[in-house]
Parts: sequence; structure tokens; C-alpha cells
Amino acid sequence: MAATAFFFYLFAAIAVASAVMVITSRNSVHSVLYLILCFFNGAGLFILLGAEFLAMILVVVYVGAVMVLFLFVVMMLDIDFAEMRQGMLNYLPVGATIGLILLVELILALGTWAVSPEAGRAAAAPIPPLDALSNTEALGRILYTKYVYYFQAAGMVLLVAMIGAIVLTLRHKEGVKRQNIAAQVARRPANAIEIRKVRPGQGI
Amino acid sequence: MTIGLSHYLTLAAILFTIGIFGIFLNRKNVIVILMSIELILLAVNINFVAFSAFLGDLTGQIFALLVLTVAAGEAAIGLAILVVYFRNRGSIAVEDINLMKG
Repeated sequence: MAATAFFFYLFAAIAVASAVMVITSRNSVHSVLYLILCFFNGAGLFILLGAEFLAMILVVVYVGAVMVLFLFVVMMLDIDFAEMRQGMLNYLPVGATIGLILLVELILALGTWAVSPEAGRAAAAPIPPLDALSNTEALGRILYTKYVYYFQAAGMVLLVAMIGAIVLTLRHKEGVKRQNIAAQVARRPANAIEIRKVRPGQGI
Repeated sequence: MTIGLSHYLTLAAILFTIGIFGIFLNRKNVIVILMSIELILLAVNINFVAFSAFLGDLTGQIFALLVLTVAAGEAAIGLAILVVYFRNRGSIAVEDINLMKG
């Protein structure tokens, strides 16, 4: 139990510290790297909670794909970060006020609220014992049966996002010759070559 | 001492607040605003998984998976819009985004 508490406080402290660095660091590249650290610690917390599959998804999808995409865009765009940060202190008081109010409200709500012991019995999909079924297998068994429509909807969301991103960023440059396959296939000998009689000694 | 549900909920509340604070603090930098949204979604996911683990219900993890999907799509579309905007305007300053006068 002590190890669990130790790792919880370790992961939580690093996650909060790196989250603070995400929003305060001078360079956006550093922000992305701190966000990656934050997600790694989030994955550690998920493992502590027994959700190994989500932890691995967080590392693979978030750190491996989304954060690398962020890094790509930050490095691709030529942005003057110093100029971006001007006027940051103007927003500090209102942001700090709203953040503080929100935090106090959330902690007050958490402090005065308890889960009823009967809540576990009303579970829609109880977690099977770990020695019978691993977390990944248990998730798969209900994801592909009970929640298959939500799974398909998630696939649709990803498809639409992919098409949208391609449509938004694709552009046709002028003056670039592209292959026109239909024109190539429709080409016939009759309109492609021309036969001329060449008289000896005269040329065309 | 044992780590209970309230520990995770408090951590998620702190992360959520940092995310909200980041949106206010970096009003000029859209990239950091997008990253703050990712932080908020991570906090929400921690809440979902914590409730799922402590109430013994796998549905929370399924929903966290869907939240991850939507967050990935949102990041992709947001960054694509950012790239197009940068290509057209040469900057990503949020204050200049008033073409539609909305």
C-alpha cells in the first residue's frame, strides 16, 4: 500500500508540475515536451488505477501521435514566441481569479460529497476479477458487443477528422504538372501519332 | 495511508484548473490554448478512470476511450486550421482573428 501511495504522489506531483510548466514556459516547443511528460505521468496514474489498456493508449496515441503532431506544427510554423508573450501579465489577475474560484468550488464539491456504497452494485459493466480476465480483454469484450455503436461512432469521428484535416491543408500549386490518368488511358493511336510520307532526299 | 477516490479527484481538479488558467494566461498563443484543452481533457479522463476503478464499472474506461478519440480528432482539426491560418496571414495571433466579425 505504501508503494501505491508513493507512486501516486510521485506521478501526481510530476504531472502537476509539468502542467504548470506547459502553460508558463517561454517556448512552445518546451510546452509540448512538458505536456508529453504530463501525459506519461497520467499514464502511470492509469496503471495505478488498473486501467492498463488506457494507459498504453495514452502513451501510444497521445504521446506518439498527437503530441508529435503538435511538435511538427510548432516547429513548422515560424512564430515569434517572444512577441506572443507580450501582454501575458495583463491576463494574469483575471485568469488567476477565475482559476482560484474554480479550484475552490471543485474542492468544496469534492469535500462534501461521498459515493454511496450501493453505487458499485448498480454497475452497468462490472470489472471482472483480474485473474479471470485482463483489463484489455474485459474492455474488448464489452467494447465490441455492448458499446459497438459508440465504437463505430468513434471511428466515424476519426474518419471525418482525417478528411477534414486533409481538405483544410491540401492546396494545388499553379504550374505543377500532374499525371492525368484518364487522359493517358483514353489516348488512342489515331490521335496520338501521325503518319507522313517521306520522300527520299527531301525530308519532312 | 491509502489512496482513495478523492485523491484522484483532487488531482484531476488541479489539472483542470491549470488548463483553464492556461487558456487565460496564453491568450495570444493558439498552440498553448490547444495544449491547455488537452490538459483539461486529461483531467476529465483521470476522473472517468478513477470513478471506473473505484466503483468497479468498466463503462467509465469505455467513455474515456471515446474522449481520447474526440481529443485526437480535435487536435488534428485544430492544428490543420492553424496551419491554414498561418499560411494565409503569416501569424497565429488570436487577436487578429476577427475577419468574420463574429
